[in-house]
Amino acid sequence: MQFWNKTIETMPRKEIEQLQLRLLKELVTRIYEKSHYYHTLMKEVGVHPSDIISLEDIVKLPTMNKTDLRDNYPDRLIIADPEDIIRYHVSSGTTGKPTVVGYTKNDIENWSESLARSFTSFGLGKRDVIQVSNGYGLFSGGLGMHYGAEKLGAAVVPASTGGTKRQIELIKDLKVTSIACTPSYLLHMAEVAESMGVDFRNDTRLGSAILGAEPWSENTRRHIEDWMGIKAQNCYGASELSGPLFTECNEQDGVHVWGDLCLVEVIDPKTGEHVGEGERGELVFTMLRREALPIIRYRIGDISEITWERCACGRTHPRLQRVAGRVDDMIIIRGINVFPSQVEHVLGEIEEVTQHYMILVDSDGALDKMTVQVELDPEAFTDNILTLRAIRSKVAGALKDTLNVRVDVELMEPGSLPRFEEKAKRVLDRRVRM
Amino acid sequence: MPKRHVIKQLSIFVNNEPGRLAKIARIMKEEGIDIYAFNIAEASGFGVFRAIVRDPDIAFQKLKDRDLVVKETEVIAIPMEDRPGGLFEAAAVLGEVGINIEYGYAYSGKEGAIFFIRVNDTESAINTLLNHGIRLLKEGDL
Repeated sequence: MQFWNKTIETMPRKEIEQLQLRLLKELVTRIYEKSHYYHTLMKEVGVHPSDIISLEDIVKLPTMNKTDLRDNYPDRLIIADPEDIIRYHVSSGTTGKPTVVGYTKNDIENWSESLARSFTSFGLGKRDVIQVSNGYGLFSGGLGMHYGAEKLGAAVVPASTGGTKRQIELIKDLKVTSIACTPSYLLHMAEVAESMGVDFRNDTRLGSAILGAEPWSENTRRHIEDWMGIKAQNCYGASELSGPLFTECNEQDGVHVWGDLCLVEVIDPKTGEHVGEGERGELVFTMLRREALPIIRYRIGDISEITWERCACGRTHPRLQRVAGRVDDMIIIRGINVFPSQVEHVLGEIEEVTQHYMILVDSDGALDKMTVQVELDPEAFTDNILTLRAIRSKVAGALKDTLNVRVDVELMEPGSLPRFEEKAKRVLDRRVRM
Repeated sequence: MPKRHVIKQLSIFVNNEPGRLAKIARIMKEEGIDIYAFNIAEASGFGVFRAIVRDPDIAFQKLKDRDLVVKETEVIAIPMEDRPGGLFEAAAVLGEVGINIEYGYAYSGKEGAIFFIRVNDTESAINTLLNHGIRLLKEGDL
């Protein structure tokens, strides 16, 4: 097993936490002294840097979210001196003002270090040729991957997005061994390659893909791996946290979150209190070494869980499970949290139905009633009503097993449910609020 | 030999919601499909529309091209004589040899009532019925 920085990557948990506490204290002191915004905020909630004595004291600090970044557009949250800023990335503002993230030299360095460790953890190194097919530009995906791959010492093919046929030629001709892109783009690429008569297994040296920037499932991973004969690695990040930051190692058993760079908490989205280790909740990130734009207790909106259990690869840092959903997407049915992504996962396992579905939530007296409408796979259609009923029961049973909520299932005609081109709105909550 | 007595039925999957039957009926009309007999089986949430039509293979392709989920299924057409016991004979014969009638529906044909049945083993059912002297209709007789 190769390591990029073995001392740090295999450091005992206790030492990681001691390091986190030292860095947290420094960070809090820095923002208290340098940021008008944080100074005022900390005064308001009555917390002083000297109140941070243990890691648990982090809960004394206020949380922040995307709105705080937007409201302080463009650079009111940036605390570094202007001459120390060496780059800006700007997120597209689909739902309001854009958000601006500034970086110092050290910020870029730590970001690249994080990715170099991650790339090494699934076998990449300086002999590799990495094609970066994430967008370059204001979006942090392309350049982030690029700097990480360069730091690793690999050869980078900065392909960016688009020109799929050319991308496939490059993979062949430059003997590309790994590609960074979104899962949906990779699937598109695989289809185009097939139409060009290019077989990824025999005609290229592609061995892995670094996939992220959109939600994807284990089913999709298996599909990609079987189809293309490569390892598909999950990558986690967000523009506010820098960009793509962490990936899974060879074990594919959770994303390694480097504790010396980032402190992740998991909270109950309703109460804001910490949940137990291994329990699912909303992720809250603190970037411990950020210089330009402090990210402190940032509520990113993703729902997942972390474990500190030592990974089979020997790394000791906390591991993040696949994101189960977004806080905004969560529905509460009879007191149980349900995510559309869970429904999607269950449906993906049943071949008689398609991935086109809708979730309807209604009031049934004082209770909630959840209905999943799913389109029947035309191949599974039969004249026999009993067989169709059995398919419906199979779907309902599988949903109940996963969600712990009783679900009514309606089989639908293919093509009869809405199609979504951009952000899918698959939940129709029709409950009567008292 | 028994194949000649197989009647092709079209089975179409439908959502059980207002306007769905009208949609299928409209498509049938637009495609000039002549329906002899039909039946709707409903199971909460969805249904199966079954129809006996003129030129079923052509109709099948037309409906498929209109993106309906359609399958061809085999049924048997038994002409019903207008006397007590007509249905009993056919049902009893099949019951004796262990053939199960999954469903059936009737239609007033040109020369009297016709009973369409769907069984679990079409070929054996046709043989058995013919061997017992029960008359069956062919596609051209409808």
